[in-house]
Amino acid sequence: MRIKSGLSRQLSQRTAFGVLLVATVAVVLVTLFIIIRIAISGAGALSWTFLTQSPTDAGRAGGIFPAIVGTFYLMLGTLILALPIGVLAGIYLSEYAPKNWLTRVINLAIINLAGVPSIVFGLFGLGVFVLMLKFGMSLLAASLTLACQALAMTITTSREALLAVPREYREGSLAIGATKWQTIRHVILPQARPGIITGAVLAMSRAAGESAPILIVGAAFLIPGLPQSPFDRFMALPYHLYTVATQVPGMPGDTKWAVALVLLAVVLSFNVLATIVRLRARRRRV
Amino acid sequence: MGERIIEGGIFLASLLAIVVLLGIVALLLRQGLPIFSYAPPWAFLFGTRWYPVSEPPTFGIAPFFVATLWVTAVATAVAVPVGVGCAAYLSEVARPAIRETVKPIIELLAGLPSVVMGFIGLLILSPLIQSMFNLNTGLSGLSAGIMLSLMSLPVIVTVSEDAMRAIPDDFRQAAYALGATKWEVVRYVAIPAALSGIAAAIMLGIGRAIGETMTVLMIAGGALAVPVTPTVPMMPMTAAIASGIGNAVRGGLQYQALFAIGLLLFLMTLAVNLVADTVLERQKRKFQR
Repeated sequence: MRIKSGLSRQLSQRTAFGVLLVATVAVVLVTLFIIIRIAISGAGALSWTFLTQSPTDAGRAGGIFPAIVGTFYLMLGTLILALPIGVLAGIYLSEYAPKNWLTRVINLAIINLAGVPSIVFGLFGLGVFVLMLKFGMSLLAASLTLACQALAMTITTSREALLAVPREYREGSLAIGATKWQTIRHVILPQARPGIITGAVLAMSRAAGESAPILIVGAAFLIPGLPQSPFDRFMALPYHLYTVATQVPGMPGDTKWAVALVLLAVVLSFNVLATIVRLRARRRRV
Repeated sequence: MGERIIEGGIFLASLLAIVVLLGIVALLLRQGLPIFSYAPPWAFLFGTRWYPVSEPPTFGIAPFFVATLWVTAVATAVAVPVGVGCAAYLSEVARPAIRETVKPIIELLAGLPSVVMGFIGLLILSPLIQSMFNLNTGLSGLSAGIMLSLMSLPVIVTVSEDAMRAIPDDFRQAAYALGATKWEVVRYVAIPAALSGIAAAIMLGIGRAIGETMTVLMIAGGALAVPVTPTVPMMPMTAAIASGIGNAVRGGLQYQALFAIGLLLFLMTLAVNLVADTVLERQKRKFQR
């Protein structure tokens, strides 16, 4: 390192911090721009009819009610399938797992599962749930596919939430004669609940915004009415946005923005919910 | 007795991550490998012509592979300086209040669905790129790469910032004691000490960009020629799968070829993630005491 005069060192510090600040401000501004732009442009076409009616004229008129319902079904399906397994696996990894090769392999599998591209999950869902298990292009196949994708997240967040429970809780419970499972069930799990819920809510938000896998395993652009059974096809907000933005000629501009706004509102409200759960839990513990 | 059953169930649940991962590998191999008896691996990988419905069909995926490289390169070129700069600012310079404001905003960015990014790219960025570079169409690898950079930014910022904050404070104090300015501490102590963590962050960002589908499907342009510059329309591997799978006859040659692309995609992201994870583990151990 060359020795410079104090003045030039001060100057280079100011320039460098200026550059870092610009990078940070740029990230913040772009994020806010995207959200605010969608809110403003989408608000114009938003109406009660738009939220509660079925689409007509290939999505150019009418509403997006079936897509909203389809997305909620998918979120619910993902939650029901991925949360219990995530919590159980999290319990094993935090409370039972010995330090051996199998535990290492499980952890490695989780990390890599989290990095698998969503379109590959789509291929997996198509091969296994749609064709091999013969669920067809359906809500069930899509929920199972999204649940596989959410698994890494629900396991990781459950494990971390359980590991964060202080040792004293476990020792105190065991000392008064509780069995290991009673300790987990009545002492550790309640303490870890906010963390587990945060993960579950984030997984649902992720499932709501995912389009690539459901494009392969069963989302439909237009179907009359709502899905009546898990074996029916379904509409979903992200897939609807993709289609109205790219596949429908003569689509009214503000309708597209309104679809984007509703999708964003669903996804981000669950994100914010997760943040609130986490912050409230943190405050209570302090 | 009852407890035994519960514990057994818990153990089985934890194996499911392995089962799903192996299931993905098995399926991709079973559906994808047969294409190599029609198109040998080298012809598949380096062939420049993708005509799945011609007679006879040809399956060369070089156009998709090169497109993936272009969009990933653009995304990385944009996201790395901005992301690492942002991380350094948050970890070393920003007051806690600013940090606590910016971090949730970055979480919001991470939460934006990829189809929304594609939508913004389609309606706002592409027209901008078109007029800026005087192109026939703004739907190009460049537009897609820029939107992808936004999607790999959150992981780069978060992981780099964690790496810098994990550096023990004595490192910084020692440098201050030698008369270093705050910037010199950042430049010569914090960033070098966190370098492997930052490298892992970049790898994770690259993995994100390689695997992203909807954004590139919507705005990369979808052309089938091998792209020679980033400013032309192109079709990355993920987009090739997404746009082709709906029309491919199940079990047919095109179907097999698309699964083989999926296999390659899987292997690429797997390699990136494994390296990133190894590096992160090592970094974590470095400052543990």
